[in-house]
Amino acid sequence: MKTIEVPALARVEGEGGLYIGLKDGKVIEIRLDIYEPPRFFEGFLVGRFFQEVPDITARICGICPVAYQMSSVTALEKALDVEVSPQVYALRRLMYCGEYIESHALHIYLLQAPDLLGQPSALDLAVIAPDVVKNALRMKKIGNEVLKAIGGRSVHPVNACVGGWYRWPDVAPLQALLPELEWGLEAAKETVQWSLTLPYPALEIDYEFVAIHHPEEYGIMHGDVSSSKGNKTSVADYEMRYFEEHVQRSNALHGHTAFGGTYLVGPLARLNLNHAQLLPAAQKALKDAKLKLPLKNPYKSLIARAVELVHFYEEAIQLIKTYQPDGPAHLDLKLKAGEGCGMSEAPRGLLYHRYKIDDQGMVKFAKIVPPTAQNLPRIEADLFALAPKLVKMEQEQATLTAEHLVRAYDPCISCATHFLKLKIGEVGHD
Amino acid sequence: MTVTPKAHSKPKVAVYKFSSCDGCQLSILNLEDELLDLASVLDIAFFLEATRTVKPGPYDVGIVEGSVTTPHEAERIKEVRAECKFLVSLGTCATAGGIQALRNFARVDEYARTVYSHPEFLQYLETSTPISAHVPVDLEIWGCPVNKGTVIEALAALLQNRKPNFPPSPVCLECKLRGIICVAVAQGIPCLGPVVHGGCGALCPANGRGCYGCFGPSSAGNFSALVACMIPHDRYPNETANLLRSFSSHAPAFRAAADLALKAATGKETK
Repeated sequence: MKTIEVPALARVEGEGGLYIGLKDGKVIEIRLDIYEPPRFFEGFLVGRFFQEVPDITARICGICPVAYQMSSVTALEKALDVEVSPQVYALRRLMYCGEYIESHALHIYLLQAPDLLGQPSALDLAVIAPDVVKNALRMKKIGNEVLKAIGGRSVHPVNACVGGWYRWPDVAPLQALLPELEWGLEAAKETVQWSLTLPYPALEIDYEFVAIHHPEEYGIMHGDVSSSKGNKTSVADYEMRYFEEHVQRSNALHGHTAFGGTYLVGPLARLNLNHAQLLPAAQKALKDAKLKLPLKNPYKSLIARAVELVHFYEEAIQLIKTYQPDGPAHLDLKLKAGEGCGMSEAPRGLLYHRYKIDDQGMVKFAKIVPPTAQNLPRIEADLFALAPKLVKMEQEQATLTAEHLVRAYDPCISCATHFLKLKIGEVGHD
Repeated sequence: MTVTPKAHSKPKVAVYKFSSCDGCQLSILNLEDELLDLASVLDIAFFLEATRTVKPGPYDVGIVEGSVTTPHEAERIKEVRAECKFLVSLGTCATAGGIQALRNFARVDEYARTVYSHPEFLQYLETSTPISAHVPVDLEIWGCPVNKGTVIEALAALLQNRKPNFPPSPVCLECKLRGIICVAVAQGIPCLGPVVHGGCGALCPANGRGCYGCFGPSSAGNFSALVACMIPHDRYPNETANLLRSFSSHAPAFRAAADLALKAATGKETK
């Protein structure tokens, strides 16, 4: 009987462990253990002024602070019963484009691609394929530059507020990014072509895909929650259909549908449900790729991220070209007691927030459902599906294949709540 | 202190994560223009967010992101210190306890019950504390997140065996250098700029809002004077205290100033 131990899972955001239990050569138990320490955001948000919330929730995740800011401002605007102007919304999408570009370029090239190319890291990859890594860093940098031009810095930007923006960003620094964004758009198209040539492990899963869907735009902020099983849920009813369970081995809460099933959020879900809303260059890249949708291989979420990269470069270019700050940057908010929920698509999937505030604007209740918490049961189920193949593999290959699966999810364990330990051993003897 | 073990050999660097958002480690990966050059002069021996390769210690430089919030972390930081010649705290979690140090002013068990249905499954400490509260630290880099330029300066200084040049001036001076009109004086917006360590480039005032203190206390700040000026401008109950009790809340200067602000506010109410 083989026992595989990897001291820690690399190239993910956070710490977790993986246990694969065997009996008589068959896999009987798989667990993804999350050791990321709890930080109790929903506890200390209570008693804070509503306008502090987007700055505080950004600190849940350094990789997707914009997602946290956007879900919280959307929820708090609902609680205050206000709607922002189209210009404010367009600039929010532009900032989100920056985060998608940065996060996807990081994940595709620095976190997942080394698995497909047999390298321990992008730094090692840079030794054998320097141009690939240099281009990847250049692509990623443009996303960070968009974030900087709007919010002052790429990690925990400072310009977003409930009701809009503290200040309209200057037009010139955004326009100055257009040549690099045009370069990035071409590099993203090449990324899609390149992504099709990579040796993905074979695995097809019949997922329930869940994502925000909007008929007129690629759903990331506005719209309903759509499922591949055909049902649509409004953001307000999300908790009725999807909820979290606290599992003993994990500091993260696990998501399930109200019917007990697992579901998948993130790039595969978005691409499968929302490909009709992709902008033309991304549509063309997807068509040229000749993919059969829905994509059901979790490892191929890399391809979905690549197509999304094309989309978000394209959308960023459009939004900068049409950016004309007009009117007040933020609404003049009148305090009132209320409750509101808000959702947005973080690069790794749906992020739900709900708040109650009192008539002084103080937070009375906060609930946050991060994407990785929703995907955790699905990752475990995928590992189960993969297990019969794992037990036949050499140890090193089995370890890499299982780790790769977890990494393909782009899990943000800091969000969900870090070490992945892969142990394959006889249950009761480990 | 010299971190280069001998000529022509690259210093071995380890990057560790404690309780944090990963944003400061990401700030290292966000050094897009410098990352490959850095990798050619440093031996990145342990950096889980970037590589599967784990080279055994001891390491010449250890960089720690995050604060200590669990019994396991309190033990692990001692092991980290033992295997690193030069230890750097990276970011406001590691230097001051971070946003999660807000538990230090509350009952953490209540937080646990609020967030988790089975708090008995969790292991956590009553407080979130900086690395320096547990082991000696050789260099502190503040910021939530840290500024890329500051990280480069720190690494360059280590490679060149010199002290890093971290100006002690507050955010307020950075505003003046950028020609930004003072948001506090001109618009009455509460701003911690006069007492907060510079390094961000006065980002918040540049965006028309007050500094919220994510780079921690400046050694030159007159906290009691600022608190007295700010309190009359509070736009909601305890705004000044809340500002001080956010990202660097556990830093001693911020703790004392927040207590002062709360006392002043209570005094005002009873008059």
